[in-house]
Amino acid sequence: MSNIWVFAQVANGAATSGTLELLTKARTLGDVTAFVVGDASGVAAALGEYGATKVYETGDLGGSLPGVAVASAMKAVIDGGDSPDMILFPQSAEARDVVSRLSVKLDKTVLTNNVEIEVVGGTVSVTTPIFGGNTLVTTTFTGTGPFLAAFRPKSFTAESAGGPAAAVTAAPVGDLGATGAAKVTAVHVEESSGPKLDEAGIVVSGGRGLGEAAKYEMVEQLAKLLKGAPGASRAIVDAGWVPYSYQVGQTGKVVKPTVYIAAGISGATQHMVGMKGAKNIIAINKDKEAPIFGIADLGIVGDVHKVLPKLIEALQGR
Amino acid sequence: MGVMNVIVCVKQIPDPAAPGALDPSTNTLKRDGKLILDESDSYGVEMALQLVDKAGGGEVSLVSMAPNGEVSGLRTALAMGAAKGILISDPSLQGSDALTTAKVLAAAIQRAGGFDLIIAATESSDGYTGTVPEQIAEVLGLPSVTFAKSLTITDGRLDAQRQTEDGYDEVTCPLPALVSVTAGVVEPRYPSFKGIMAAKSKPVDTVTAADLGITSVGWAGAGQTISNISQAEARAAGTIVEDDGEGFAQIVAYLENLKVI
Ligand SMILES: Cc1cc2nc3c(=O)[nH]c(=O)nc-3n(C[C@H](O)[C@H](O)[C@H](O)COP(=O)(O)OP(=O)(O)OC[C@H]3O[C@@H](n4cnc5c(N)ncnc54)[C@H](O)[C@@H]3O)c2cc1C
Ligand SMILES: Nc1ncnc2c1ncn2[C@@H]1O[C@H](COP(=O)(O)O)[C@@H](O)[C@H]1O
Repeated sequence: MSNIWVFAQVANGAATSGTLELLTKARTLGDVTAFVVGDASGVAAALGEYGATKVYETGDLGGSLPGVAVASAMKAVIDGGDSPDMILFPQSAEARDVVSRLSVKLDKTVLTNNVEIEVVGGTVSVTTPIFGGNTLVTTTFTGTGPFLAAFRPKSFTAESAGGPAAAVTAAPVGDLGATGAAKVTAVHVEESSGPKLDEAGIVVSGGRGLGEAAKYEMVEQLAKLLKGAPGASRAIVDAGWVPYSYQVGQTGKVVKPTVYIAAGISGATQHMVGMKGAKNIIAINKDKEAPIFGIADLGIVGDVHKVLPKLIEALQGR
Repeated sequence: MGVMNVIVCVKQIPDPAAPGALDPSTNTLKRDGKLILDESDSYGVEMALQLVDKAGGGEVSLVSMAPNGEVSGLRTALAMGAAKGILISDPSLQGSDALTTAKVLAAAIQRAGGFDLIIAATESSDGYTGTVPEQIAEVLGLPSVTFAKSLTITDGRLDAQRQTEDGYDEVTCPLPALVSVTAGVVEPRYPSFKGIMAAKSKPVDTVTAADLGITSVGWAGAGQTISNISQAEARAAGTIVEDDGEGFAQIVAYLENLKVI
């Protein structure tokens, strides 16, 4: 392995934590090139610091969704002669679209939802957790690269390498034809306050066991008292009680806080893969058979409507 | 009055309520029992039915790739109101990777033809690679909108709210196109008794990969091989207590002990 690309994501002008994690891992495997959507001038220093020696930037996508646009920019660079042995993607909605489109363009398989990568000689294997994280499946790429793989957030720890700013090269998006016809016409950002869910030291999540949307306030109140972030199961996101950005799990955020409190959450496998990495797990559920108790360090078999108000009162009194 | 023809990709999967298991000979998920309609795809079926209804004409067709000639899940979607289906079932497809699955589904969609819109789920419940829809769009050379949490059609265009990390984007796209929808985009209907009876006689065209002109499928076509299965480190068993009115105090003590309060 020598030439390794990382699909670098930028949010609010900075490289995302998932990107820095992947760069940190990638630099132990070979020479790292970062591929940036949009303008890379603001992040070339950070990308270099974490291990990239070269950066490709697509330039403005002009309202196109990233999937098809970035995949075609990547394909053009590869056709131009700079062909990576492997491209690592953060597991995110955007990256998943890019890697899917690219896999067809290159006619290469793609493996998503990974948490580990191992390279021995020219053989690349990746590992993904299944059954709620109880079983680990390792898959080895066959044939020739570029090998395409996406990794769940927090699979690796980001560490600066103190590298210099990476040199930026343009990798413009060509004509996308019919495939590029989907256009973003407006962007809506939901306001949030307090620590970010995937960075908070304490996360308090609520589930369907809260009974009704209004009761989610207890979760928010408790999170605030603990200087943590409120989270949710998908059940109550689908029900419209809270926005998607609150969702913890396979299709939501991966959290690894010091303390995770699950209130009225059953512990479905898809929820557990998003929070099993918490150092301490506290669960409140009225069903003593609920799967969440199988991974809880402290489990309270009880009614959230009784336990949470008393807990909030006790913490307020401190 | 317009006409709107929608093709929905529906995956048939083992009942998620039953504990999952790996087939020790292939290390893939066991899919030999009865399969059911993936709940994730029931949202797409419902969305499609509503769009056709709103247009005032057209129909909903299904495509599914599944082992052993399985049609139970297709019948559920037909009972909800879809008109017909194509099933690709072929022993040679066992072990196919997501890319091959997408090529097969794309070929079946072309065989069905005459569509304005293709709908899939953002990810399946059992495989959750989440790549198949976007791969189908690329094979077919279509534009796509993934993660749609709402979808409307006007004058040959679709408008969608596309879920993002911290909110949503408004996206517009001309038809034909592919859309992947999130759970919660609409509330799927329960099949009525009448629907279930009618579904029994709705046409399902069963084809093989070779019928679709696709070779190099299954293990042979997959650019990957499963090399190891291991058990993750189990968490040490915790303390589980019944709330006797003082459960909250246990939590307070636990948090104090961790020095987080
Ligand atoms: C492809 C796919 C992806 C998914 N991704 C995610 C994901 O990212 N995140 C996620 O969370 N889920 C995800 N899910 C959904 C997941 O399977 C579950 O449906 C969901 O997590 C259940 O949410 P819940 O625990 O809030 O609800 P339920 O499973 O309904 O559990 C509610 C719990 O509350 C308890 N309860 C009820 N009343 C009380 C009370 N008064 N006091 C205390 N306890 C009470 C009940 O005993 C029960 O255990 C996904 C599913 C699929 C198919
Ligand atoms: N075998 C299949 N048959 C029909 N549709 C499928 C199949 N596999 C995937 N899909 C569609 O693609 C979506 C995403 O699947 P996946 O990429 O496996 O997560 C599913 O929810 C279906 O809509």
